[in-house]
Amino acid sequence: MLELRGVNAGYGTFQALFDVGLDVKAGEAVGVIGPNGAGKTTLMRVISGLIRPSRGSIRMEGVDLVATPSHKIVSLGIAHVPENRRLFPQLTVDDNLKMGAFMKEARGRYIERLEVVFELFPRLKERRHQMAGTMSGGEQQMCAIGRAMMSNPKLLLLDEPSAGLAPVVVQQVFELVKRIRASGLTVLIVEQNVQQVLKVVDRAYLIEAGTIRASGTSAEMLASDTVKEAYLGV
Amino acid sequence: MQAFLDIFDIYLLEAVINGILLGGVLALLALGLNLIFGVIDVTWICYAELVMIGMYGMYFMVQYYGLSYFVAAPLTILLVAVLGAALHYLVIAPLLTAPPINQLLATGGVLFVLQSFATVAFGIDFRNLGIRLPVLAFGDMNFSYARLLSFLAALIGMVAVYLFMTRTFTGTAIRAISQDRQIMALMGVDTRRIYLITSALGGALAGLAACLLVLQYDVHPFVGLSFGPITFLICVLGGLGNFIGGFIAAFVFAEIISLGGLFSDLEWGYVLAFAFFIVMMFIRPAGLLARRR
Repeated sequence: MLELRGVNAGYGTFQALFDVGLDVKAGEAVGVIGPNGAGKTTLMRVISGLIRPSRGSIRMEGVDLVATPSHKIVSLGIAHVPENRRLFPQLTVDDNLKMGAFMKEARGRYIERLEVVFELFPRLKERRHQMAGTMSGGEQQMCAIGRAMMSNPKLLLLDEPSAGLAPVVVQQVFELVKRIRASGLTVLIVEQNVQQVLKVVDRAYLIEAGTIRASGTSAEMLASDTVKEAYLGV
Repeated sequence: MQAFLDIFDIYLLEAVINGILLGGVLALLALGLNLIFGVIDVTWICYAELVMIGMYGMYFMVQYYGLSYFVAAPLTILLVAVLGAALHYLVIAPLLTAPPINQLLATGGVLFVLQSFATVAFGIDFRNLGIRLPVLAFGDMNFSYARLLSFLAALIGMVAVYLFMTRTFTGTAIRAISQDRQIMALMGVDTRRIYLITSALGGALAGLAACLLVLQYDVHPFVGLSFGPITFLICVLGGLGNFIGGFIAAFVFAEIISLGGLFSDLEWGYVLAFAFFIVMMFIRPAGLLARRR
């Protein structure tokens, strides 16, 4: 479904990704793990078009994303839940969700998608007229995921969904990811919480200093010495 | 009714009502400027000059081409909307990432270009539509029809903008873009397009204001100076980019002008309003509705 080959990317003169190759197949859940500043967020941003690669190719179901204007990428079925959620704090939950359905293809199915999202997150329905910025961290994360789901995506990019949340809420978020998976959505998830994320994904990539260092199934990653030593503290 | 009116000083009441009527048009002017500032983060110093061009548009369409006022008005709104979009496309868009002072200087330059253009093209004569609307007498109070009409039209214009901003996808995007412009692409929003629409909307509001002001004031190349500065003061007093603050500030200013004019000359009303502004800038430098830090 998604295919990255030899991708270099960065900010100005600073290069954050070096020759990154990555695959996500339809129906899979894939994790990207690694330390702070390894380039995980950059990887997500380069896929959704927030930054453009300086080299390499990115394809979504055969369509070249590098040649697609960034605001058209979501129409190809890629929804990005950005780091720190990035809700519109002074808009209501309803308006935030509305923004998720902005693109032409989604507008016609707005009401239908709203029901799907409210079914997934009943809490959002209770809070629909509340300013998004006044909700708790967990509710904001629901709203951010809900906003991404409004576009009826094929591939969901989740960037650190558990960051800054209380441990109990982190559990809920991972439960959610499981439910989203079960609904048939393909998921690419970036996480620092390695132990948790390896429980919900099929495969994972380990990224360090902007390069893919290792990859494999969750079981292989859990058993791998590099991962164990560095991230699981065993 | 008469007994009720007797309780008040009739002239005081008249001044208060005239203040409200003036406030409506000022609020409309402030809304256009606030919209541009709040969304694009750019100040159109030449905003009042767009209104001036609109007033000339009305003048020529009505006086020269003999169109009726109500045919000329939508055409003028459209004309200034296109002008607003052109201003964005030609001047603002290339400077979006430039330092704010450069953007300010550029729109300041457009101000002089428009003034000079009007001087060369239309001369410095004072012109008017030649429409004299009657005065409405209500008890002992007199209100000009032009003001009443302007107030109502301004109110309708503002309600229309409110509905557009809250009910439509594009309106919601305009509100969202001012809160986080970087992630708009993730929503499938082309920010350049939204900026263009916003600029056209700001221009349309200037055009509507032109249609209303031309009923009360003569047109000349420097007419922008008579309401441009006050529009800026209102926006700053309400907190630049704050729609509700600008709305309230417009009525506060209009009342000060109107009531100040009652107790002395109208010019003193303006002096009082500007003095009030200076004092408020010391007390609430970020505007009336700014949160206290």
